Amino acid sequence: MSRIVEVRGLRYAWEDGTEALRGVDFDLEAGQTVALLGANGSGKTTFALHLNGLLKASAGSIQIDTLVLNDKSLPVIRRKVGLVFQDSDNQLFMPTVLEDVAFAPLTAGLTSAQATEKAMAALRQVDMEAKAHKAPWHLSSGEKKRVAIAGILASDPSLLVLDEPTTFLDPPGQRSLAALLADLPQAKILITHDMTFARALTKEAVFFQEGKIAARGPLDEVITRFDWY
Amino acid sequence: MHIPDGYLSTKVWIATDLVAAPAVVLLARRAQAKFDHHRIPLLGVMGAFVFAAQMINFPAGNGTSSHLVGAALLGCLLGPSAAVIVMTAILATQALLFQDGGVLALGANIFNMAIAGVFAGYLPFALLKGSRLGLFLAGFFSLLTAAVLALSELLISGVAMPPAMLSISFAWFLVSAAIEGALTMSVAVALERIQPGCLRKPEFAGRAWVTTGAVALLLGAFGWLVASDHPDGLEALALRAGISGRITSLIASPFGDYQASFLADPWLSRPVAGLAGMVVIYIACLAISRGIGATSREGV
Amino acid sequence: MRHTRLELWSRGTTFAHRRHPAAKIAVALTFLVCIATLQPSGWRIGVLYFVALTSMAFAARLPVPRLHLAAAVVLPFAGVFALISFLAGTPEKGLAMMVRAWLSAFTTVLLMATTSQPDLLAGLESLHAPRFLVQVMQFLYRYLLVLLEEAGAMRAAAASRAGKLRAREFRRAAAAAGVLFARSWGRAQAIHRAMTARGFDGHIPRFRSLRLTWPDAWFVALLATFAIVARLAIR
Repeated sequence: MSRIVEVRGLRYAWEDGTEALRGVDFDLEAGQTVALLGANGSGKTTFALHLNGLLKASAGSIQIDTLVLNDKSLPVIRRKVGLVFQDSDNQLFMPTVLEDVAFAPLTAGLTSAQATEKAMAALRQVDMEAKAHKAPWHLSSGEKKRVAIAGILASDPSLLVLDEPTTFLDPPGQRSLAALLADLPQAKILITHDMTFARALTKEAVFFQEGKIAARGPLDEVITRFDWY
Repeated sequence: MHIPDGYLSTKVWIATDLVAAPAVVLLARRAQAKFDHHRIPLLGVMGAFVFAAQMINFPAGNGTSSHLVGAALLGCLLGPSAAVIVMTAILATQALLFQDGGVLALGANIFNMAIAGVFAGYLPFALLKGSRLGLFLAGFFSLLTAAVLALSELLISGVAMPPAMLSISFAWFLVSAAIEGALTMSVAVALERIQPGCLRKPEFAGRAWVTTGAVALLLGAFGWLVASDHPDGLEALALRAGISGRITSLIASPFGDYQASFLADPWLSRPVAGLAGMVVIYIACLAISRGIGATSREGV
Repeated sequence: MRHTRLELWSRGTTFAHRRHPAAKIAVALTFLVCIATLQPSGWRIGVLYFVALTSMAFAARLPVPRLHLAAAVVLPFAGVFALISFLAGTPEKGLAMMVRAWLSAFTTVLLMATTSQPDLLAGLESLHAPRFLVQVMQFLYRYLLVLLEEAGAMRAAAASRAGKLRAREFRRAAAAAGVLFARSWGRAQAIHRAMTARGFDGHIPRFRSLRLTWPDAWFVALLATFAIVARLAIR
C-alpha cells in the first residue's frame, strides 16, 4: 500500500495570532477512509485547507503521494487532492453543469473535446449525465453535491476531502451520497458531525481538539471516549 | 431612472452610447490587463449583492419607501474603476433580463448611473477622506448627478415638460438624493461594524479620474440649466465628460453631426444615422480593445 | 421571477433558438434602431414590426401573449411621460413614445426568450465585448438568485419584528443590508477558494465554441434587410 498523505508537525496561526493548528501529524494510505471529528473551531477545516495548499503552514511538512507540497508541486497537488466544500453553491460557479465539471480539466490545459469527455465520464460516475446541460440552480441539494463531486473527480484525484457533505441533504439524499462515496476507490477524509454517515463509510476516526489530534482509532471507540453521539 | 428605449432622440442615444461604450471597454481592458482576474468572482458577487440589496425597503417618511441604488457604495467599496464595471454589469443584466431600461438607452443609463454616478460619488468620499459626511455626500451627489443627467437627456430628446413639472422633479431628486446619501452612509457604517476595514482607503488613481469626477459633478449640478437654455450645450459637455484625453481622438468620427448630411430627408436620415452610429461605436470599441490588448498581452 | 421565466423559454430548440447568439444580437439591434427612430407618422411601420416580431415569437413556439405582457413592464414609466406630453399639448408624441418603448421591450424579450444567458454572453464575447466585463456578468447572474433568496429570507425576518419608529426601522434595514453584504463578501471568498482548489490561476477557460453557419448568415441578412427596407420604404 502506498502512502497518500503524510503530514508532520503542521502548525498554522491566523493573522490575529490565534493558533489554529498546533503540531498535527497525520497519515493516510491509498484507498483508506477516515472520519475527522471534533468541535467546531477545533481545526478540522483549517487542516483540510492545508492539504491542497489553500493555506500555507507556518511550520511542518505535507507530502501527498510522495510529492512534497511546495510552490512547484502545487498545481499537481491541487489535481491530486479534491476538496468538496460544505456549500455546493460556492463550488458550482460556472453557468452549466458540464462547464463546471470541465473547469478543472480545461484549467489543466486539456482541449475542449478532451475536457468534455472527462467531464461526461465524471458525471456518469455520479449518475448525473442527464443534467449535464442544466444550470446549477435547477438542481436539488443532493444533485448539486453530486455535481460538485464530479467536478473534483474530473481531475483524477487520489484523495477526496469532504467538508460536512451531508449538511443540506435530506435522509434519503444522505444515504445515496454514502452509497456513491463507498463505490469510489479514492482515499477519503470525511469531516462530519453526522455519525450515521461516518459509520456507513469508515471504521476509523481522528479526533481534533484545540488544533491537535487528540486521538486516532476505531470510530466507535473514539465516539464513546469523547461522548460524540 | 432607468430610461427605456423609445424616449431618447437618435442624437442623444448615439452620443451617450458613443461615450459610454468606449469608456467601459477602456476600463474593462485596463482591468483585464492590470488587476488580476482573481477579482472577477468578487466583482460579480458584489453586483449580485447590490441587485439583492435593492430588495430591502427603507422607510422614506410619509409612508413611501425607497431602496439603495448603490453606485456610490460600490465606488467606496471597490474603487471607482471596478465600480463602473460592476454597475455596467448590473445595468446590462437589468436591461436584458428585466426590461429595466432599454438596450439602445444602455449607453445613457451607463453614462448616468455607472460612470457619472460612480465618479460624482467617489469625489466627495475621497475629498472628505471617507468620513461619514463624505459617505453621505457620496450617495447624495451620485444620485443627484445621475437623475439630473437622465432628465437632461430626456429634455434634449424633446420630451415636453411644463416648467412646473421640472421644479417638482428637481425637488424630488433632492429628496431621493438625500435618501441615497443616508442609505449609503448607514449601510457603510453597518458594514464597517461587521467587517472593519472593508471600505477602501480613498485614493486618486490619477489626475484623469479627478478631472472626470469633477466634470461629472459639475454636470450634475448645472446640467439641467444648460439643457433648458441650450439644447446642444449639454451634449457637447457630455462628450467631454466621460472621457479623458486619450480617447477623444478616437470618437471624433465623420458622423460628428449625426444627421448624416448627405441624406437631407429626415425620413431617411434618422434610421441611417442610427445604424451608422452603431457601426461607428462598434469600431471605436474594437479599436480601443485591440489597442490596449496589443500593449498588455501578458496580462491576459 | 421574471428572469427564471425567460430562462425557461430560452431553452427551446426551434430554428430561432439554434441561431448563433451574435446573429440574434445583430438582428435585435437592427430592429431596435429602426424602432427607436420611428416618428408618430410612421405608425404603419410600427404595425408591420409588431406583426413581424409576433410571428417570429410564434415560429419560436413561445407563449406569445405572455411575451407581450412581459414587454408591458415598460408601460408605467411610458404612461407618466405620455401623460406629461398630453398635458403639454403633444399627445401624439406621447403615444409614439409608448409604442416605441413597448416594441423595443418586446424585441429584447424576444431576444432573451430565444437565447439562454450563457449563450448570450458567449455571443457578446464573440462580438469582442471585453472578456472581463462578460465574466463579471456571468458571476453576477450565477449568484443573483442565491443572494436574492438570502435577501428575501432576511426581509421576511425583518418584517416579522418590524418596529414602529421610523429611525429605528431605517437603521434596522441598513443593518440588514450590512449583514447581506458581509454574507456576500464571505461567499465571494469561498467561491474564490473553491476555484483555487480546482486549479484556478486567474484564467477562466473558454469552453463554448460557437460557429457561424450559413443559416445564421441568411437569418441576419433576411431579417435585417426586412427591418431596414420596411423602415425606409413605407411612409
